[in-house]
Amino acid sequence: MPTKERQIVIPGQMLGTTSANRAGRGTFIEKGKIYAERLGVLNMQDKFIHIIALKGRYDPVVGDMVIGVVEEAATSNWMVDINAPYPALLHVNEVPWEIEFADTEKYLNTGDTILAKVLSVDESKKLQVTLNDRNLFKLKGGHIIEFEPSLYRRIIGKKFSMIEIIQKYSRCRIKVGKNGRIWIDGEADGIEKVLQAIATIESEAISYGLTSRIEGLLKKDTKDVR
Amino acid sequence: MKSDIELINSEGKRLDGRGPEDLRKIKIEAGVLHRADGSCYLEWGGNKVLVAVYGPREALPRHTQNPLRAIVQARYNMAAFSVEDRKRPGPDRRSVEISKVISEALEKVILVEQFPRATVNVNIEVLDAEAGTRCAGLTAAGVALVDAGIPLRDIPVACAAGKIGGKVVLDLGKEEDNFGDADLPIAIAPRTGEVLLLQMDGHFTFDEFNHAFDLAVKGCHTVSELQKEAIITKYQTVAEEVQE
Repeated sequence: MPTKERQIVIPGQMLGTTSANRAGRGTFIEKGKIYAERLGVLNMQDKFIHIIALKGRYDPVVGDMVIGVVEEAATSNWMVDINAPYPALLHVNEVPWEIEFADTEKYLNTGDTILAKVLSVDESKKLQVTLNDRNLFKLKGGHIIEFEPSLYRRIIGKKFSMIEIIQKYSRCRIKVGKNGRIWIDGEADGIEKVLQAIATIESEAISYGLTSRIEGLLKKDTKDVR
Repeated sequence: MKSDIELINSEGKRLDGRGPEDLRKIKIEAGVLHRADGSCYLEWGGNKVLVAVYGPREALPRHTQNPLRAIVQARYNMAAFSVEDRKRPGPDRRSVEISKVISEALEKVILVEQFPRATVNVNIEVLDAEAGTRCAGLTAAGVALVDAGIPLRDIPVACAAGKIGGKVVLDLGKEEDNFGDADLPIAIAPRTGEVLLLQMDGHFTFDEFNHAFDLAVKGCHTVSELQKEAIITKYQTVAEEVQE
C-alpha cells in the first residue's frame, strides 16, 4: 500500500513554529518552535500538531473508563491499581453499596477487579476513581490481559467497530479500559481468539485497514456466528 | 604510568588503525527486552552495554518522592565478567559515582515536571568493557528512554575525547585510556548543545582542553545520528512489514 505513510517522530524533533502552527498533545514549545516530546506518529489537524504516542505509561484523565485491581481495603476506602504511575483511591461514598464503617472487605477485597471511572486528578497527580455510574461495576470471573495503553483507540476501533467485531466472532464479554487492560469472559476458544486478535493489533498498530484484516483473521476459523 | 608503546605514530595513525578524529564502530539496537518498558543494546568498539528503563512509576520508599517532579534513578553496574580478572560484583566507589552523574544528566532531558512523586529507573548493565563505558551507557540510556515512551526534551548523547602521545584525539580505546595523558568524557543534548555531563581525568592545557571539547561535541553529533537511525529503523520496519 503506497499511500501516505504515517510519519514517525522522535523526541526533540522540530515540527513547526508557533506562528504557523499550534502545539497539541505530545509537544512542547521552546523559543517559538514546536518540538516533539515523545516517540510517536505525527498527526496534523488544521493548525494543530499532535503526537500520537506509540509507547508509554497510561496517563489518567478525568472521565476515563479504567479496569482496576484492588490492592488494599482500608476502613473507609480502597486503594486501586489502575496501571498509572500512581495508585488510585476509591472512597466508600463512591460505590453504589451502603457500607457500614470498616465493612469494606465484604464488598471489595484485595485482588478483586472493577470497571471504574477516573473521578479526579489533582495537581500532584493524586487520583480518585468512582463506581457511581450505571455502567460501572465489579467484574466477577473472567480474565485480565494487558496491552500498550497508547493503542486504546486502535483496539476499540472507529466508533467501537473493532471491538464489536471481536465480540461478534469470539462470543466473549469484553470490557476495554483506557489504562491498557482488557477484561474477557467467555469460552476458552473464544478467549484464545481475542488474545490472537489483540496481539495482531498490537504488532500492526501503525497501519491502515486494520479492522478489515482483523475481521478476515477471525472469520477464517469461525463456523457459526451469532 | 610510563610505557614505551607508541600510541599514535608520526602519520597520526593510532594503535587500532584509526585516525585522530575517528570513532570506534558503533551498533545500536532499540527495544530488545520484552519485560522492561524500554530497552537498548549498544556495542561501541569492544564495549557491550544493555540498558533497561522502567517507569514513570511511584517512587518508593515514600520519603524519596519529590512532590513537584519525578526523580531519576540510574544504576550503572559492571558485570563480573566485563573486565580481565573478574570484577568483584556489586556497587563500588566508581560505579556509584557514574550512576550519580548519569542520573543527573538524564534528569536534565526528561520532562520530570509531568510526573510528580514518580521515579524513572534506568538500569545500565555493562557486559563487556573497553574504555568509555559511561559514554556508551549514557548513549544507550537515551535510546532506551525514547523506546519507553518517556517525554524528553532531547535525546542525550555522550562521547569522549582525550590526549595520547601529546595529541588530542577522539574516543579513546583501552590502551589509549590506560597509557594516555588525559580523558574527557562529555554528554550533550544535541539539539541545543547544552552540556549534561563533563568529567576529566589527566591534564590538558587550556588550548588542548578547548580542542578536545570541540572534538567530543562533534563526536556526540555523529553518535546522535546513529541513535536516531536506530529508533527510526526499529519503528519504521514495524510500519513497513504491515504494508507488505
